[in-house]
Amino acid sequence: MELTGKQNIWKDYQKEIADDKYFYVRSCVRQNFFPGAETTFLRILKDELHKDIYEHPCHTTCTGIGYHGDVVPFDTAMTVIARQFALMTEAGYENLVPSCVTSFGLYSEVLETWHHFPEVLARVREHLRKATGREFNIPKNVAHASDVIFKFRNEIAQKAKYKLINTATGKPLKVVEHIGCHYSKMFPAKGVGGAEFPYVLIGMVEEWGGEVIDYPERRHCCGFGFRQYLVQANRGYSIGCSHKKFESMEPYEPDMIITNCPGCPMFLDKWQYAISEMNGKTYGKNGQGIPVFTFEEVAGLVLGYDPWDIGLQVHQVSCEPILDKMGIKYDPATKYLGKNGKYLGVPEKPSVLKD
Amino acid sequence: MADFGYKIQEDRQINYDSNDRTLFYFLKRVEPSISLCIGCGTCSATCTAGQFTQFDLHKIMLYVRRGEKVHIANEIKKCMLCGKCSLVCPKGINTRNIIFQTRKFIHSNK
Repeated sequence: MELTGKQNIWKDYQKEIADDKYFYVRSCVRQNFFPGAETTFLRILKDELHKDIYEHPCHTTCTGIGYHGDVVPFDTAMTVIARQFALMTEAGYENLVPSCVTSFGLYSEVLETWHHFPEVLARVREHLRKATGREFNIPKNVAHASDVIFKFRNEIAQKAKYKLINTATGKPLKVVEHIGCHYSKMFPAKGVGGAEFPYVLIGMVEEWGGEVIDYPERRHCCGFGFRQYLVQANRGYSIGCSHKKFESMEPYEPDMIITNCPGCPMFLDKWQYAISEMNGKTYGKNGQGIPVFTFEEVAGLVLGYDPWDIGLQVHQVSCEPILDKMGIKYDPATKYLGKNGKYLGVPEKPSVLKD
Repeated sequence: MADFGYKIQEDRQINYDSNDRTLFYFLKRVEPSISLCIGCGTCSATCTAGQFTQFDLHKIMLYVRRGEKVHIANEIKKCMLCGKCSLVCPKGINTRNIIFQTRKFIHSNK
């Protein structure tokens, strides 16, 4: 079929996402801040979509945090990434699925470097061979975890138990979608919709019944910026960026924020607490915040998973307002019970931000 | 309020929709030559007050156009109205009158 007009232009903004047989690499940040998100992703792919997804127990950090924090040199980053590829090759997989947007950006950067400078690839192969005795193949397909959920958004919608709809009013929930900078701002061709029209989260939200808000600072960074946060003296810039976004989205009265990056949900969630403690301002209704979710958590809620199984109790901003709006049944008594009913302890209440 | 060891960095974006540019429109009316300014900075280079303080007419003209009145009110007091800037301006702008009128405007709008 010959594509013409808009279809022809739009094809440049599409990306190929593998169908099955994924090699999954976890994120350093997400395992700590949103531990339920990755488990939910694996559960959806294995139990709902019946896909072959494998994670190697020996895989390590991609070094992204150190690399962007200026403490890990690029050659080291490339060799560590080559080792991940070696683990994937040994396990018999060809489609890499990183959980982290920064990993995804770094994998893309490394692969692009090797594509343009084959001599660098040869050097990295030699480094890896000398250090570990391993060999590797370059992955056939690299797709971020949100790309995979985006690909199967229709299947998830068909199995949905809840929609992103306010059950009291029957209207779609107003959702702020926030894409991680390293998803498509570095290599636009590697992201769905490129840097200009990143469609990966919009596709999910619209398919699951929600309505996306277009606000002035929609494409502004959350402010993580690695050195901006990692160096305490620079944290004012980090919180300043989130503050700017909240001020910009506030008039549109969003019900929730959905993100695909490890840093963004962390900062958009926790900075709401910090801002409320620093200047007394909250951005939700009745002194509450705007709940922030990862795309896996939203997919899990849509599929009817127990909110406490997908780790929503570790969020700073309470998720209950959204659960109530969507009509999701939950047991408040089990909120702080971990696996096998183990009591996790109740966090201290913020002085300004309401539950 | 809590002190975490850092502050929320102030946003330095210039928002022409929300900034108040009435001073610029006032100056355009009373001293139309302000529109000729090309921002060359000769006024600041020759300024006597600028030799001893941070006073900078070039910067003030920028604030006037942007509508950043808070900065102007603090800065404009430093001028001694010597008029050297008017003598050297390559576009013949009456900069001395601009400063005088700016003071008048700020004083009457206090």
